Amino acid sequence: MKVRGTKLTSDEFHNKVIAVKHAPEIEYDWATGVAISKFLKGLKDGKIIGVYCDSCDRTVTPPRMFCEECFSPMSKYVDLPDTGIINTFSIAYIKTDASRVEKPQLPAVIDIDGTSISPSGFLHLLDEINPDDIKIGMKVKAVWKDAIDRTGAITDIKYFKKMEDA
Amino acid sequence: MEKVAIIGVGVEGFRSAIRELSYKEMVYQAAVKAYDDAQINPREEVDTFISCEEDFNMGTSITDEYAPDQLGAAQRTVHTITGDGIQGMAAAYMQIKTGMFDVAVVEAQSRVSDILTHNQITNFAFDPLYNRQFDAVYHSTAALEKRAYLEYSGTSEEAIAEVAAKNYNNALKNPIAAYGVRAKASDIMNTDMIASPLRDGEISKPVDGAVVIVMASEKVVKEKNGNPIYINGISYATNSPNFDTRDWQYAKYAKLTADRVYKMAGINDPKEEIDVFEIDDTYAFKELQHLESLGVYDKGEAGKAMLNGDLGSKGSTPVNVSGGVLGVGNAHDVNGLQRIAELVDQLRGHAGRRQISDANTGMAFSWRGVPTTAGALAILSKE
Repeated sequence: MKVRGTKLTSDEFHNKVIAVKHAPEIEYDWATGVAISKFLKGLKDGKIIGVYCDSCDRTVTPPRMFCEECFSPMSKYVDLPDTGIINTFSIAYIKTDASRVEKPQLPAVIDIDGTSISPSGFLHLLDEINPDDIKIGMKVKAVWKDAIDRTGAITDIKYFKKMEDA
Repeated sequence: MEKVAIIGVGVEGFRSAIRELSYKEMVYQAAVKAYDDAQINPREEVDTFISCEEDFNMGTSITDEYAPDQLGAAQRTVHTITGDGIQGMAAAYMQIKTGMFDVAVVEAQSRVSDILTHNQITNFAFDPLYNRQFDAVYHSTAALEKRAYLEYSGTSEEAIAEVAAKNYNNALKNPIAAYGVRAKASDIMNTDMIASPLRDGEISKPVDGAVVIVMASEKVVKEKNGNPIYINGISYATNSPNFDTRDWQYAKYAKLTADRVYKMAGINDPKEEIDVFEIDDTYAFKELQHLESLGVYDKGEAGKAMLNGDLGSKGSTPVNVSGGVLGVGNAHDVNGLQRIAELVDQLRGHAGRRQISDANTGMAFSWRGVPTTAGALAILSKE
């Protein structure tokens, strides 16, 4: 494929054009609040936590302090199983810097079992599976870090893998 | 011409840091109060939602995507304004005036405690090609302006220290204010010099908080039969972003805005016709500079009025009885709505120990802070 336009080398682009460089040092420290704090604490304990809305009769994860459907506060936190089904997935061959990877990354949205009114779940990664075998609707289970290594982060789950008995 | 009213107000904060709630939870708390005040269900009775927030302050690009849920606006008509809350109200006002929307919600939030390098964010607002390189403390830009204003208006340092002391004392009577303290002008004069001629006591300090306002057409106001406060005039303006072409002595953006708003609201003499003034005091001198630029006082007269006691809560032109940005805290894009919340309290007669007697009309003026020359003004009335 012929690319149109004027080719510039990296040296020309960065050093020959008159430009001003500035690299900001900007840092944030977001307070996680009531609901997500419970979720992260749960992950540290090896559990996936959800929350139940009385008026909508539905359970969602990650939990939130209020129901975005009916705007009521929610405070019935529930322990959910660490299993679910694949809602959708991709096989990603490039990294954020656009370089290609040897082993593709397998992002997927997992609908967690025990939540109601599909979909309710979160983005995570798949592993221990041949990419060609991944299917929407496949049952998967979380693979956790060892308890001592868990920090209270979504990455306390290393990835989800296909359930053997499914 | 159909009028537009404020029918509900909700405030969460203000505190130097709200760490027990996420930003979404903080906004939810303010929203629930506003909807209770307005007696409306946001899931069914609101036609348009406007959130005032900025990507750099929130730490998320395309941050407007995350605005709806906490306002009860999931899958509804929502947009953001990267500006002060009064600018958001102006957008809501125009939407209601089209006749296509009857109820609008405006929200603004400040989460300074989520930002570890706030000075860097402010520095990022300077022109990157030929101003940002000096890595100057941004307060020094306000100091450049203060010195020019002192020279131009002949205002005394004592008058400016009195402004700061007044607003810190006023804040003691305001339950939502973070920085109320008993202070005298001499206390302010004894604080550290930050960037001459600007002292620490004249500089507002950051706070977290959120305000949600519900606005409605006259049709809904009649149906609800609540406690409406009308918006008689609202606008905003910017002078020059460039240091080389802006007015340093007076706030031209305030004059540009006031010219439009007074015409809209039919105001001929703001000093005589307005009862309560909530005027930006991000730096103490700005309160006096803004009062003069808005035409409430003539050049050099606002400082004298301060020394005469006219700007106090018992004076003829009470300014910042809420405590202002100095006393309540600097909530950045929320500053305008904090002033609106105070005016609504005052005009409804709900201001408790801060209540100004016979308050029928009020004005709220906000400034977007260093290094901007952007301001927004609203005039509210019981009728």
